[in-house]
Amino acid sequence: MAHLAPNKPSSGKESAGLRYPTNGKTIYHRPLNRSKTAELSQASFAYLFSEMVSYAQRKVTGIQDLEKRLNNQGHPIGLKLLDLLLIREPPRSQARPLNIITLLHFIKINLWQHLFGRQADRLEKSSDPEAQDEYMIIDNEPLVNAFISVPKEMSQLNCAAFVAGIIEGVCDGAAFPARVTAHTVGTKDEGEMWPGKTVFLVKFQPEVLEREALIGKA
Amino acid sequence: MTVFALIIINKAGGLIYHRTFHEGGLNKISTNDYLVLAGTFHGVHAITARLNPIPQQINRNSASSAGIMTRPEPPSGLEVLESENFRLQCFSTLTGIKFLLFTDTTQTNVDLTMRRVYEMYTDYVMKNPFYQLEMPVRCELFERKLTSYIREVNNR
Repeated sequence: MAHLAPNKPSSGKESAGLRYPTNGKTIYHRPLNRSKTAELSQASFAYLFSEMVSYAQRKVTGIQDLEKRLNNQGHPIGLKLLDLLLIREPPRSQARPLNIITLLHFIKINLWQHLFGRQADRLEKSSDPEAQDEYMIIDNEPLVNAFISVPKEMSQLNCAAFVAGIIEGVCDGAAFPARVTAHTVGTKDEGEMWPGKTVFLVKFQPEVLEREALIGKA
Repeated sequence: MTVFALIIINKAGGLIYHRTFHEGGLNKISTNDYLVLAGTFHGVHAITARLNPIPQQINRNSASSAGIMTRPEPPSGLEVLESENFRLQCFSTLTGIKFLLFTDTTQTNVDLTMRRVYEMYTDYVMKNPFYQLEMPVRCELFERKLTSYIREVNNR
């Protein structure tokens, strides 16, 4: 790791890969809580996200493939955010979520608050008895889709697959392996009011439910 | 007071968007005629921009006295075209895209309306990853926001 030592700033030509600021202070030297309440420009995010979607679209084979790629872009963010958000909690609630409900509440409240400045709109459990492993996080107007109009021929696509990837990262990091997908719901009655309403379907792996059942018994 | 129609022309003179908001304000013309209108206007605009090549002297003096180098405003070319029954306002962006707004002759604050339309274009068209530059605008959100904004203006 010697070559990564930040107190040895290398001149531009030597370091082809990682670059350090001239004072040797990287992002890792900053206190974790400093940017806790910082806000970013939505316009710059919109342009960045637009490029991310275009990048994911290159040589893509289909809509599922594109959603998978967006999901993969979000996954590492989720893994890291879990640690960051927990460490920012007050010490008594710093433990990572231990059951499904606390995990989902953590996502709905803390994660959403951190990413979008507000909570998710609803949290639901699937009413289908066949699908007891499915939970739904509902956002009426996802921030990532604020400026995106999906063309008709790709109507299946929802670019919030990126956010689904972040959620998946948080679940995986907390040892609740799950598959998370984003779906646009165009219900007639609510379609007018919230045209971009998105459901994040969280489908946990069978072993998670098995463990949950065992904890419930004890 | 009514806004009749909006036309957006790309920097090559191609029609990329046209939309009528008010029935009866203007005669209906075919899409082909719209394309011709866009191309012709583009040419006329280019010529009128060539007609006033002398930058304003006052601006240059004040800029040099402040010691800041500023690029002179590009010649604007045709801005307003008025007929008995309608008024055409043209706004040309720095990137060469032209917005043409057809309004009633009594319409006020067209600049403001134009600015808002331009803002919507930058938000819902330019920030949309599925829009290709210079191509016709087909963005549902732009369509929706524009409709509700123009309706608001027309009902004012």
